[in-house]
Amino acid sequence: MNHSTSTAGIVSGRLNANALVENFDDLHAPLSKHEALVASDRCYFCHDAPCMTACPTSIDIPLFIRQISTGTAEASAKTIFSQNILGGMCARVCPTETLCEEVCVREVSEGKPVEIGRLQRFATDRLMSQNIHPFVRANNTDKKIAIIGSGPAGLACAHKLATYGHDVTIFEARKKGGGLNEFGIATYKSINDFAQKELDWLLSIGGIKVEYDKAIGKDISLSQVQSDYDAVFIGMGLSGVNALRCEGENMANVDDAVTFISDLRQTENLSKVQVGRNIVVIGGGMTAVDAAVQSKLLGAQNVSLVYRRGKENMSASVYEQELATSKGVRIIYNAQPLKVLVNGSGLDVEFGYTETINGKLEQTGEKFNINADQVFKAIGQNLSGASEILTLSGGKIQIDENGCTSVPNVWAGGDCATGGDDLTVTAVAEGRDAAININTMLLS
Amino acid sequence: MADLTSNFVGIKSPNPFWLASAPPTDKEYNVRRAFEAGWGGVVWKTLGSEGPPVVNVNGPRYGVVHGADRRVLGLNNIELITDRDLYKNLDEIKRVKIDYPDRAIIVSLMVPCEEEAWKAILPLVEETGADGIELNFGCPHGMAERGMGAAVGQVPEYIEMVTRWCKQYYSKPVIVKLTPNITDVRQPAAAAQAGGADAVSLINTINSIISVDLDVMAPNPTIDGKGTHGGYCGPAVKPIAMNMVAEIARDPETSGLPISGIGGITNWRDAAEYMVLGCGNVQVCTAAMTYGFKIVEEMISGLSQWMDEKGHTSIDDFVGRAVPNVTDWQYLNLNYVSKASINQDDCINCGRCYAACEDTSHQAIAMTKDREFSVIDSECVACNLCVEVCPVENCITMVQQEPGMVDARTNKVVEKEHGDWTTHPNNPSVFAAE
Repeated sequence: MNHSTSTAGIVSGRLNANALVENFDDLHAPLSKHEALVASDRCYFCHDAPCMTACPTSIDIPLFIRQISTGTAEASAKTIFSQNILGGMCARVCPTETLCEEVCVREVSEGKPVEIGRLQRFATDRLMSQNIHPFVRANNTDKKIAIIGSGPAGLACAHKLATYGHDVTIFEARKKGGGLNEFGIATYKSINDFAQKELDWLLSIGGIKVEYDKAIGKDISLSQVQSDYDAVFIGMGLSGVNALRCEGENMANVDDAVTFISDLRQTENLSKVQVGRNIVVIGGGMTAVDAAVQSKLLGAQNVSLVYRRGKENMSASVYEQELATSKGVRIIYNAQPLKVLVNGSGLDVEFGYTETINGKLEQTGEKFNINADQVFKAIGQNLSGASEILTLSGGKIQIDENGCTSVPNVWAGGDCATGGDDLTVTAVAEGRDAAININTMLLS
Repeated sequence: MADLTSNFVGIKSPNPFWLASAPPTDKEYNVRRAFEAGWGGVVWKTLGSEGPPVVNVNGPRYGVVHGADRRVLGLNNIELITDRDLYKNLDEIKRVKIDYPDRAIIVSLMVPCEEEAWKAILPLVEETGADGIELNFGCPHGMAERGMGAAVGQVPEYIEMVTRWCKQYYSKPVIVKLTPNITDVRQPAAAAQAGGADAVSLINTINSIISVDLDVMAPNPTIDGKGTHGGYCGPAVKPIAMNMVAEIARDPETSGLPISGIGGITNWRDAAEYMVLGCGNVQVCTAAMTYGFKIVEEMISGLSQWMDEKGHTSIDDFVGRAVPNVTDWQYLNLNYVSKASINQDDCINCGRCYAACEDTSHQAIAMTKDREFSVIDSECVACNLCVEVCPVENCITMVQQEPGMVDARTNKVVEKEHGDWTTHPNNPSVFAAE
């Protein structure tokens, strides 16, 4: 049976297989060698470069670009990985337009930055495709460290600790590692199973054991690992999804955007993924954009992304917003869901327009309805299943500047912990820095 | 509209852009196409004596120094003079000249350093109707080992002798092409002049190893595992060639000797620079070998626009105009003081000026936490390095300190009068003479 973008209801196969493959291909094609040489030549090799300061992991960007320009992409990759072991994924998913590339002096002067993200991908791909792991593990220290979660923070922490010669055990709640890299990123940003390949490559340092299906608070307890190991790092992410807090949100086909994104990433066959003809996504972050764009790429006819505040407040960057609109997503600003209603075989979402008065979001009283077969909630995630012995702050595990929690010998980082943006690259930095501190503490 | 007509030692051409003796002028087919493209003249690729022609290698002949995006910055070659039969070349020259009477055709020659050899070939060239000859005393590879090319060009006495033979057995202008592979280019130029040369042309290519193949462990271009030095040309040699041109143009002994400028001329501006340094016309090769014959259109339109803008109506208006301003270091005004100045509106905060000055010069640029860069006048010696490393043209400029101002570095008042090394108190010879 052939479906099209205008088939009513929630169906799979709205687009033919070729169109789907094309739609979910690399968002940014990798640079060829020549393109990389030309792109690298644009770097001015700035003194105390602003891009480097803007990078949460402080990668020496001018140096790695110069290494590409002189034909040593492998050395370049080592420069990147020495600061950010997930430099391959970050090259794909970092919002470079709000980080390194935003402050590139060529962006400031010409509106056209050096293509740092794509160059980083060129170098890291080059090394990883040769299956070279550029670091060696130090002699075994007999110190044992437990890591909760195999997302970017946990992996960065684990790898750093492994280089010091410590024995690392990662407890992962799911059947597969990678965290958001594996489950939470739009498919077209990480094609060809890159997250798993990167995970395997990272683990090839040795000294890291991953135990799958081990959820903290369920299969294992924090107090147990705390007594069994010399140190614990928690990088468990945010597994809960925030509620809309509006009438009808528990109805069928009102789904979590993260689940939709995760299912898409895990599918073997995009032709089998169902999507509604009319989609409403509620939220203003990267998850909302990823869900909206991918709905469109699957063949949804009408996709509306509704955000309660203005364009400038949206946490998804202007670049991401433009990506969404270029794919045909309609973004509606300043509107809040009031209730979800049944409308025939589908749904209707009633929205109220908002305005910000004296910094406070207020309803204007004006309302409108959008018809939807599916509604995706993307208004943020929350911490779920954290041990009650940990002190929380603003719903996250409270940590100090070294990543230490309120509990001795327990560190935390990434989205589950306070501080920093909820970005892959920030999680990597936090995991890495916690590892450095753990090592210092263990050896003192 | 400016008149680009060129009259170089009596040889007329519609513009001053000639193709140099090289592969582009190797045969009738190329030269006809060059003329159709608009070139004012060609120097036909060097002819040798009658008999079996020379042979070239059958592996690679060229190597290149690339800039960004594989821009050709420097080219070297190990090709020899024409490997085609002498009479075939002469027939072709004659035919082309008949069809293009308004264009200049110069025949480049290289025969053994014996009077009989020159006496034999010159009447044959005369018979073609070509406008003149250019003596190839410059080719640095292959022929020099046989006592020709640069082997002659490096011995002023030979230059003078051969030039004299040519003037004796040939009626039209004789241009002597000089090699740069010598210490003082004025000596071969003076020798050519003494032999009666109508003009000199320079430079020929520079001895070079363009690059080394680190896998084969041999110079490029590599022929069966070995390489040899070649002749270097292209944009990279322009500064070296222009200095040699200027040396000849301003030396009292050789000043006034017509010069045809050669070396990395790629666009109209390069040509204009050579010409204001004393060249009556210019010869081009690498640019044509990189981009094809069409570039001459840009050279013509560019030179024409510049001449119009500057009010030059003919070539003669500006040839040699910069020569009086080329001087020796000792005559530079030491009382002229300038300081670098950074335009904050244009600054893109890259910090290259800071890195260059702080690490390698005079620590005369300050940097704030907010990445604002400014010049410390009390340290600035006006070296110009920051100006040149700044990616933004004219963001950093050199500002003259007016006479009467105090130089913050030396705490001395800037003097109005000229004062150079010849009168400077630190110059031992100033007092030795007293």
